[in-house]
Amino acid sequence: MDVRSLTIDQIRAGLASKQFSAAEITTSALEFAQAENAKTNAYLHFCPERALASAAKIDELVAKGEPLPLLAGVPIGVKDVIVTKGVRTTCASKILEKYVPPYNATAVDRLEAAGGIILGKTTCDEFAMGSSNENSAFGPVRNPAALDRVPGGSSGGSAAVVAQGTAVVSLGSDTGGSIRQPASFCGVVGVTPTYGRVSRYGLVAFASSLDHIGPFSRNVADSATLLKAIAGRDPMDATSAFAPVPDYNATIGQSIKGLRLGLPKEYFVGMTSETADKVNKGIKLLESLGCAVQEVNLPHTEYAIATYYIICTAEVSSNLARFDGVRYTARSEKSDTLSAMYSNSRGENFGAEAKRRIMLGTYVLSHGYYEAYYIKAQKVRNLITKDFAAAFEKVDALISPVSPFPAFKLGEKVDDPVAMYLSDIYTITGDLAGIPCMSVPCGNTQDGLPIGMQILTKHFGEETMFRLAQAFETAGGFAG
Amino acid sequence: MITEERVRYVAGLANLTLSDREIHRMAADLSGILVHIDKLNEIDTEGVEPMAQVLFDNEETATLRADVERPSLSNADAVANAAITSGGYFKVPKVIER
Repeated sequence: MDVRSLTIDQIRAGLASKQFSAAEITTSALEFAQAENAKTNAYLHFCPERALASAAKIDELVAKGEPLPLLAGVPIGVKDVIVTKGVRTTCASKILEKYVPPYNATAVDRLEAAGGIILGKTTCDEFAMGSSNENSAFGPVRNPAALDRVPGGSSGGSAAVVAQGTAVVSLGSDTGGSIRQPASFCGVVGVTPTYGRVSRYGLVAFASSLDHIGPFSRNVADSATLLKAIAGRDPMDATSAFAPVPDYNATIGQSIKGLRLGLPKEYFVGMTSETADKVNKGIKLLESLGCAVQEVNLPHTEYAIATYYIICTAEVSSNLARFDGVRYTARSEKSDTLSAMYSNSRGENFGAEAKRRIMLGTYVLSHGYYEAYYIKAQKVRNLITKDFAAAFEKVDALISPVSPFPAFKLGEKVDDPVAMYLSDIYTITGDLAGIPCMSVPCGNTQDGLPIGMQILTKHFGEETMFRLAQAFETAGGFAG
Repeated sequence: MITEERVRYVAGLANLTLSDREIHRMAADLSGILVHIDKLNEIDTEGVEPMAQVLFDNEETATLRADVERPSLSNADAVANAAITSGGYFKVPKVIER
């Protein structure tokens, strides 16, 4: 048993045939993860007691000969913006450094009910704001493929643990590319499901109309399994979708011959030559599997970043208002009045990027600017969404790069917020439209840096997306 | 361009204490981002509906639930994460200056 290469199916088979116990996998995964963590800082903290208690329940089922649930014995990392009852959830922020949630996120409840074993909480950019993981108050994550480079962000820790083999799968969150971009930088599969597919209850709110929870894994089938376990209507999130959750794994493996793929021409500009080369080879591979490829237009793409940074920061300024020094642990000690205590607690404990977004969001919502910025951006968001709807009249899926470049060096973009924002150019549109999209590995640069290919489908088109991705992964030999 | 004076005003709205150094940097950063954001003025959005949320076809009342009592957090759990509490309440500095 090597936790670095185990799949969900192999764990289930090994448990059923008593090759190993859930306690054995959990202990060995925890030991390995704790020993390896210094290299990458991918985990912020571990929860061994909780993990072993979850494992004991699985071993009891095995002993009684009862059927094993979907994620039985699977070691999982959970991004530290997703609340875990009794286990510290910091959002990688000083303002929540000591916060111990009194409840579980729905996704956490569901993955534990399905037998998943949470090993610990993964590092991310503060409140999931960032594209490099350098905005963590507790130190950046290093890319397991190249330790002097960023793992991407904001779910860099969740991507890194899967790439490093210190978890089999993980949960991240995506608001503007925070699952797909780190998945591409670390060479793993990362999935942003349809908006509302997974309940946001217990995902610490960043930009509510854009936030998604989604899986990371080393192969497509494992992401499909994890998504199935956590998806579905939740009365605790009014925006969670009623649509029934299909058995994604049942359609994986079916032929992709005849699927119509669109290449949005606006997404094939401005990338490095190695990224272009690998993505273009990926498209050729899909053609060789019988897909019909055509160029499509998403004409409002160039306005996506401006639209995103208005809507997301406006929602940030509202959502982060709750961190006021009263309810959530960190409070300024040098304030005589309530008002000063609010401002000082926030000033002392938020990091630079959180402050920048709170300020931009407050500015665009302030008197005299609301119509010009916020309403304008919401209108353009509608146009961007309509571009996708028009494209999906002609094609079953869109194929594009995930990021214009592979993982960059730590510190390389940290002083230039606009350059950092522009690195999300191919991923934020999917969040604005709320469509499912994912990153699947499509090769490495000559220096061994992973590159990801993005697949986007229409709302609730996850089955087609997974089927395509898995056929691609198999044909290209890209499974980890 | 955003002036430092404007940054101070917005920081007040956001209840966010910023140092002089942060204010200086913030004025430059926000100005840079706003130059990019102003690109939106190129597009004619006359007659386009603002999109506040990704919505799917549902009955209007689909997300409503029966108004029945459910267990909630205990008082002790609700205040457990606060910096300072007293007798089950959040404790804050004085609100009114005398």
